[in-house]
Amino acid sequence: MEDIDAIAALQDPVRRRLYEYVAEQGREVGRNEAAEATGVARTLAAHHLDKLAEAGLLESGSRRLTGRSGPGAGRPAKVYTRSRAERSISLPARDYRTAAELLAEAAEEAGLDDGLCAAARRRGEALRGPAESCDDVDAAMELLAARGYEPHIEDADEGTGGPASRVVRMRNCPFHAVAERFPPLVCGMNLALLEGLIGSDGAVRARMDARPGECCVIIEASKNNIH
Amino acid sequence: MTSAAPAAHLAELNLAKLRHPLDDPRMESFVELLNPVNAAADGAPGFIWRLVEEGAPDATALRPAGEDVIVTMSVWETPEALWEFTYRSGHLEVMRRRREWFDRHVEAYLVLWWVPAGHVPTVDEGLERLADLRANGPSPRAFTFASTYTATEAAGTLRADAVPTA
Repeated sequence: MEDIDAIAALQDPVRRRLYEYVAEQGREVGRNEAAEATGVARTLAAHHLDKLAEAGLLESGSRRLTGRSGPGAGRPAKVYTRSRAERSISLPARDYRTAAELLAEAAEEAGLDDGLCAAARRRGEALRGPAESCDDVDAAMELLAARGYEPHIEDADEGTGGPASRVVRMRNCPFHAVAERFPPLVCGMNLALLEGLIGSDGAVRARMDARPGECCVIIEASKNNIH
Repeated sequence: MTSAAPAAHLAELNLAKLRHPLDDPRMESFVELLNPVNAAADGAPGFIWRLVEEGAPDATALRPAGEDVIVTMSVWETPEALWEFTYRSGHLEVMRRRREWFDRHVEAYLVLWWVPAGHVPTVDEGLERLADLRANGPSPRAFTFASTYTATEAAGTLRADAVPTA
């Protein structure tokens, strides 16, 4: 399916709500759950979820939601996750991704990390504007959400910190394709951008804490680091 | 064993040219990261082996490629496992700050190659694969993350003394 058709599939408001709900969970979501969360009937949710899967925006699989297996465990239920594939459309046609990859390749070969990070930090500061450095995690989450990072508070049992330390992780890397090709360069750039965006005088800070499948930066209270 | 065990594992050799001696205060932040990052490697999914000097926790004192060049060498189940550790673990922070501690390389400094499962590569073997990569570019014998080959494609190159088939 063409990108433009896939994106057009999101025009239906119910379908869009379902897509956003599944994307936000960062895990497999069943039909019942998606229907309840978005307030539509199960059959309607199922119809739209399948349309989203057909469009390649979601991936579907089947799983026994009871966690049991073998005879008597019940029929497997259909589950959905967001597709890893990227969809974009530019009218008229533009190809910034190739430009980004070529610039990154040249910067990597020339060892321009410091210059790139300085520019990224300045850009982050400019995006923040005259506002003070972020003083709490919620304000940081708002900034990150607006820039497409899909921030979420890490589950307490996921991280190493205690329940008192709220750590923000990000499901999406806005620079994913280039970051996969030039990780130290582009992830370093991303960190510098976020440092500029969050600010360095506030009570929260950005730090690199890479892990598979997520943005490599986390946001945490800077006071947590006094041991 | 009835399951099909993988016949080949992925080996990696990496050279890093020190900007200052390891006991220089300017290298302190790198030295502090050595143990935690090595421990993360040992516990990473798909990790099989890494080079250490006898009686030492790492290979930083071995200098087979020059007095100011440290080497890392390791073996992994798959290229994906090595990639995830290299770029999606605490190791990424070391990579991000690489210019603080290491000179920029003009030539290739990282080489990947397939070895028979169970084979522990020697440093000479790694240096020879790196020389191959530098001389001939990526091939099934010696390649990089940007140009990987599968173990099947590299089937004729698994042995240390294998000669290029092309």
